[in-house]
Amino acid sequence: MDTRDYDDVPGTYVLDSRTYRKGYHVNMFLMSLNRAECRDTFAENERAYLDTFPMTDDQKEAVLDRRYLDLLKLGGNVYYAFKLVSYDKQPPQVMYGQMAQPSMSFEEFQEMMGKGGRSIDGNRTIAEWNNG
Amino acid sequence: MADLIAGMGTSHVPGVGAAMDNGKTDEAYWKPLFDGLKPLRAWHASNVPDVNIIVFNDHATSYSLDGYSTFTIGVGDHFEPADEGWGPRKVPNMKGHPELAWHIVEEVMAEDFDLAVAASLDLDHGFTVPLSIAYDQPDVWPTSVIPVCVNVIQHPLPTALRCFRLGQAIGRAVASFPKDMSVAIWGTGGLSHQLGGERVGVVNPEFDQMFMDNLTQDPMANTKLSHAEFIREAGCEGVEMIMWNVMRGALNTEVTEIYRFYHIPVSATAYGAIILENK
Repeated sequence: MDTRDYDDVPGTYVLDSRTYRKGYHVNMFLMSLNRAECRDTFAENERAYLDTFPMTDDQKEAVLDRRYLDLLKLGGNVYYAFKLVSYDKQPPQVMYGQMAQPSMSFEEFQEMMGKGGRSIDGNRTIAEWNNG
Repeated sequence: MADLIAGMGTSHVPGVGAAMDNGKTDEAYWKPLFDGLKPLRAWHASNVPDVNIIVFNDHATSYSLDGYSTFTIGVGDHFEPADEGWGPRKVPNMKGHPELAWHIVEEVMAEDFDLAVAASLDLDHGFTVPLSIAYDQPDVWPTSVIPVCVNVIQHPLPTALRCFRLGQAIGRAVASFPKDMSVAIWGTGGLSHQLGGERVGVVNPEFDQMFMDNLTQDPMANTKLSHAEFIREAGCEGVEMIMWNVMRGALNTEVTEIYRFYHIPVSATAYGAIILENK
């Protein structure tokens, strides 16, 4: 069985061997944005630059649309996705808010954190979410 | 002989460095954090070792899916801040300490810890932000540094116990270094936070305080936590806390807690810092 003991933690995407294989190319694209020349090439034509990586069409569309939660579902990792939101010169809370369910604006996410963050209570297991 | 005087644990949130770099520390959002750091900085100002061993993780900067060692030690004579997507931080370069670094490599390898050895290692916020937290904005960092990079982002990760034991071996290596000098060790990362997924923003003050209490009262308790427990209780990225175990392992059995500070929020995280002096 290809399962892990953290699989029942809700709304959580761990970079392990399963996501490693699924997300290898999309994460290596994101990683490339560490380099100024790659950021420039991406800026010239985002799709053309993405086409130089053997990513799936779904992964490319998620990048182009900045659908961060979908990016994680398709194997992207948040440490890598950080490069994209930085490339857009946006604070990470924009990405965090978009991934949250229900989704939040930058201001709403800041407000939640300002009130002490998302409580751990009720957020430990998928069962808690389903019974919630 | 070299003397390990103290350990510090601190989060290494990139926003803290950005707030300093962009002159925002007096803004309402940031002021409580930087006020809380004042006693910590005062301690650092009067306790400057020759070398800080800084345990940190690389965030898809110098390492990636193409190669990520479980434990890496930097043996270079200097290190530069990395471009991690928004240009390198404008902070001073960092001076290494190859002599002590190689001594640690030789000693811990003899104890069966297989470290990767890096001469060139650009250092991201995981490393430079703790320096800024401790020393503010000097023209030159006041100490040499030895980077110890731990893989806490690409599973499988080293266990919490393995991190503690590596720290113990580093502590013994420092103690056997045949030069009179003072050394401190920092564990960075955490505390509870989750940056991705629908549960983003989860924090757990109770867990964080228990973890910090254990550092003085029952450090072995923090070695019994599984990665799944960290992920569930402290958030997916809260597992970074295992790097504090390297720091704690290097210190004596008995330590004195000098200062503790805890603050929510810093970005999407619970910020924590602690200073422990060897008894």
